[in-house]
Amino acid sequence: MLALSIADLQKQYKGGLEALSGLTLDVQEGEFFGLLGPNGAGKTTTIGIITSLVTKTAGTIRIFGIDIDRDFPAAKRLIGVVPQEFNFSIFEKVQDIVTQQAGYYGIGRQEALVRSEKYLKKLGLWDKRNVVARELSGGMKRRLMIARGLVHEPKLLILDEPTAGVDVEMRRGMWDFLKELNSQGRTIILTTHYLEEAEQLCNQIAIIARGKIVENTSKRELLRKLDKETFIFDTKKTVTEVRPLENTQFVIVDETTIEVTKNKSQSMNHIFEHLDSQGIVVGSMRNKANRLEELFMEMVE
Amino acid sequence: MMHRNLISFTSIARKEMIRIFRIWIQTLVPPVITFTLYFVIFGGFIGSQLGDIGGYDYMAFIAPGLIMMSIITNSYSNTVSSFFSTKFQRNIEELLVSPTPDWVMVLGYVSGGMTRGICVGTLVSTVSLFFVRLPLFNVPLIVLFALLTSFVFSLAGMINGIFAKSFDDISVIPTFVITPLTYLGGVFYSISLLPEFWQALSRANPVVYMIGGFRYGFLGISDSNVWMGLGMLVLFSVLLFSFTLYLLKKGIGVRA
Repeated sequence: MLALSIADLQKQYKGGLEALSGLTLDVQEGEFFGLLGPNGAGKTTTIGIITSLVTKTAGTIRIFGIDIDRDFPAAKRLIGVVPQEFNFSIFEKVQDIVTQQAGYYGIGRQEALVRSEKYLKKLGLWDKRNVVARELSGGMKRRLMIARGLVHEPKLLILDEPTAGVDVEMRRGMWDFLKELNSQGRTIILTTHYLEEAEQLCNQIAIIARGKIVENTSKRELLRKLDKETFIFDTKKTVTEVRPLENTQFVIVDETTIEVTKNKSQSMNHIFEHLDSQGIVVGSMRNKANRLEELFMEMVE
Repeated sequence: MMHRNLISFTSIARKEMIRIFRIWIQTLVPPVITFTLYFVIFGGFIGSQLGDIGGYDYMAFIAPGLIMMSIITNSYSNTVSSFFSTKFQRNIEELLVSPTPDWVMVLGYVSGGMTRGICVGTLVSTVSLFFVRLPLFNVPLIVLFALLTSFVFSLAGMINGIFAKSFDDISVIPTFVITPLTYLGGVFYSISLLPEFWQALSRANPVVYMIGGFRYGFLGISDSNVWMGLGMLVLFSVLLFSFTLYLLKKGIGVRA
């Protein structure tokens, strides 16, 4: 079953800006799907249309087979959304925000109270249930939005940059939580700027640029496409020259740092042997950039 | 389905009530102070210098008008400020992403406007007891005029909130339209006392009929046709409700 099926989606804003120009995308049920793309590529517009915050110019969207033009309310019941920017009333109390949202989905008050307790506890906000939302920290506000997005127990959860501005430790915690939700069978679509996040979480990745999908494949397949990788080597002694090697490029950044770009066919052992034969001893090494990031830059340029 | 809609409605209504009573210093206290001053200054100091209108002293004549004025302004200002701040803080999105139908959303916000309008109207009526003993000529008519007028102005406030893009926009209509219409709507005088031309002009002001009908419910006298007033309120209710639904369906002011 397809959790989400978008066909030829177009959006032209009133000012004439064309945000989406024929975007087509399928997401299978149960997937952890990453939607990546530079700022202004159309990620948030796409999510806006799926959740009815933005009207589409043309195209069709189906949520678990339900056409949003035919029965949007039924489709909405299956979607939970965690937006990029805070969009709750800062004057309301944490638990009120969650129970109200449940109410908007037609969930009775008693059940809403039970569910809000469950999700606020899961997200570590139960102690803050009677606190006015403006008093929460940035990370707490984000978690509040996740609790709110889950309270009607949607089959498809869409998160737009959920970990923006969240510290590293909390980000790891959120990743674990999202993985747990996905393992329970919930389909998750995530947009993110942190490619490491997509690499950690998503099994399927689509890249969106200029209002279109330019790549849509499994993460493994995507990483396989990388034919070049760049490493930074820190050397033990000063290096002034490196002899050339086939399928490899060496750039001396400074006296003890070499940037090594290798083709997929080249082995690391061979590079080390090559350097060793010149008396260059590598003390440590690291990836120059996240691997996905390199691919991403190639695709959106 | 109806059951779900009822839950959605009560959730919005509940949120609106919490808001009204949370900020009671802004929502309930100021009208009580303002209208007490009206009673003291116009009814007491000035009214004592004036003769009767339609067999009632001036205080009794203006009291229903003042109560109605408080209902009009408070119904309007509640929906306009609540809906606009919901848009401004973007928590309107909580409702928009949910399956709540537009008509339920409208009724939810209008229920907030009516709650505040009727609460303030009741408070101002209570204040009026210190100044005058109003007769009750026709109670159902009083209730009907109060509820329908509150409904109409709550809708009008919501429409203003839908169009508003800034805080300035939410005060323009109250200042330039609502206040003049109510002040010239026969709160402080009987329009039958006006010269011919101004009488005719006043009859084009719908507020004249609302205040006229409401006053008739208390005193049994009116300077406008009561049934026409009721008909007008029903017509405005239908028109404004449909217009609000149309705006939301088109996404005007709420969807990009």
